[in-house]
Amino acid sequence: MTAEKVIKVKKLNKTFGKFIAVNNISFDVKKGEIFGFLGANGAGKTTAIKMLTGILSSTSGEATVAGYDINKQRNKLKENIGYMSQKFSLYEDLTLKENIRFYGGIYGLSNKQIKQKTNEVLERLNLQKIENTLISEIPLGWKQKIAFSVAIIHNPKIVFLDEPTSGVDPITRRQFWNLIYQATQDGITVFVTTHYMDEAEYCDRISMMVEGNIKAIGSVEQLLVKYKSKNMDEVFIKLARNNENI
Amino acid sequence: MIKIENISKNYNNVKALKKVSFNVKDGQLFGLIGPDGAGKTSLFRILTTLLIPSEGKASIDNFDTVKNYKEIRRIIGYMPERFSLYMDLTVQENLNFFATVFNTTIEENYDLIKDIYQMLEPFKNRKAGDLSGGMKQKLALSCALIHQPKYLLLDEPTTGVDPVSRKDFWEMLQKLQTKGLTTLVSTPFMDDAELCDEVALIQNGEIMSIDSPKNITQKYPHKLWEIITLNNYHTLKILDNFTNKISAFAFGNAIHLACSEKTNKEDIESFLAQNNIKAKSIKIINPRIEDAFMELMT
Ligand SMILES: Nc1ncnc2c1ncn2[C@@H]1O[C@H](COP(=O)(O)OP(=O)(O)OP(=O)(O)O)[C@@H](O)[C@H]1O
Ligand SMILES: [Mg+2]
Repeated sequence: MTAEKVIKVKKLNKTFGKFIAVNNISFDVKKGEIFGFLGANGAGKTTAIKMLTGILSSTSGEATVAGYDINKQRNKLKENIGYMSQKFSLYEDLTLKENIRFYGGIYGLSNKQIKQKTNEVLERLNLQKIENTLISEIPLGWKQKIAFSVAIIHNPKIVFLDEPTSGVDPITRRQFWNLIYQATQDGITVFVTTHYMDEAEYCDRISMMVEGNIKAIGSVEQLLVKYKSKNMDEVFIKLARNNENI
Repeated sequence: MIKIENISKNYNNVKALKKVSFNVKDGQLFGLIGPDGAGKTSLFRILTTLLIPSEGKASIDNFDTVKNYKEIRRIIGYMPERFSLYMDLTVQENLNFFATVFNTTIEENYDLIKDIYQMLEPFKNRKAGDLSGGMKQKLALSCALIHQPKYLLLDEPTTGVDPVSRKDFWEMLQKLQTKGLTTLVSTPFMDDAELCDEVALIQNGEIMSIDSPKNITQKYPHKLWEIITLNNYHTLKILDNFTNKISAFAFGNAIHLACSEKTNKEDIESFLAQNNIKAKSIKIINPRIEDAFMELMT
């Protein structure tokens, strides 16, 4: 059985002036996967994600996400994906509840659906007590969990998470990954970047980006064997520094 | 020395810091660890003279953070948690700006920042706003160092920094230490904390413990098992019903399970077997600093 491919990328390219930020990358993501998109700082991860979510135009190449062309069908694309950016995705001067209502509205949920979703999210995160608190007063780790719930409020086919756990404490980080697993059980495909190598191990497949190129792709087991490494930390060091023979 | 005596900070009715006291001795690399909202940033802002404590006092090199704020600003390098860069200026202009403010030049102190800054040099004419997240962190750190401070105060400098650069970064901190620099650094990466001389854990505005990383892991109170199964996520859920369990957390490809003292390998094996889980490996391990901190946090 070949799994359905929900992201197909072919020779996707992005240049800023003469600088090539993303260099003809090609890869697929299967339905229901947790796909880890790793790479060193400046490798081009965020730039690639921005193209795949229809925020940034590509310089050349093609890609479809959830069946929609990233350049030609942006509106359809946006309805079918969720996105959590590397910076905060919530309005700091709105309350928790207001944020959920706001995003529900953007995604075209009815008032009834918004109400139901709001209760669902508050209950799942156990945050009913602070529903009327301003986002700016909520600790980062909670914010990230809320931002994730908001990013999937419209039941997208795919959710893109750009460093969702950066700066988040060890316990909250693990709770965040539980939310990711729950989402995949609801059939959502997860595309995630992280600089925590233990989190890389939670992904079904991983790609490693180096200076705009995808240098390796595979399951954790495959990469460990291929690069003769004990853990993902080692794989990362070998690939990111162009030093596969260490 | 950085001296913190009975510092409290209240915002309206929120107590961000509650009678916090500790010292960072000259030449130390001192780590501050705690969940978000624990009060780390408030403490950094007090030490860097940007915030006045509600109670208590703090000093750096015997300069009081309230009375002698001007002197303090000359001897510290500070990297705030949120970016402190001018996004419209280029990489080089940013660095130049910070050097000029302190009457120095990039050339004069290039040695100090070389290890980190050389990764940015190919992009020195790019606007800071166009850098990737981790590149911004590296530039901010270079800016904090460029005037050769005696004391470095770094609020989560490696957040968003990739694993390889993080190693470079900590090596740089250790090198600076041999040159006599005193550093107070907060970090969400527990493995990094292992490289500090001393680590303070802060939670809800209070210091929970201060110790060397070695003592922190040695004081871990339970027997700790590492379990590897095919589907750790499923196994973790099942372990909720294991009566001997004290805590269980995912750790990369494994689960770390803390159990009551009398638990042995057969107990775990048979519990898993009852639930149709076959373990690839079960063994006792030494706790890491992340285990110890999660234990202290819960
Ligand atoms: N608008 C822009 N103009 C010029 N260069 C840019 C622009 N946006 C991004 N870049 C450059 O493209 C490269 C890739 O950046 P990107 O943000 O995609 O990296 P990243 O892999 O997400 O890194 P990090 O892990 O640090 O977040 C970097 O060198 C960055 O400076
Ligand atoms: Mg990025």
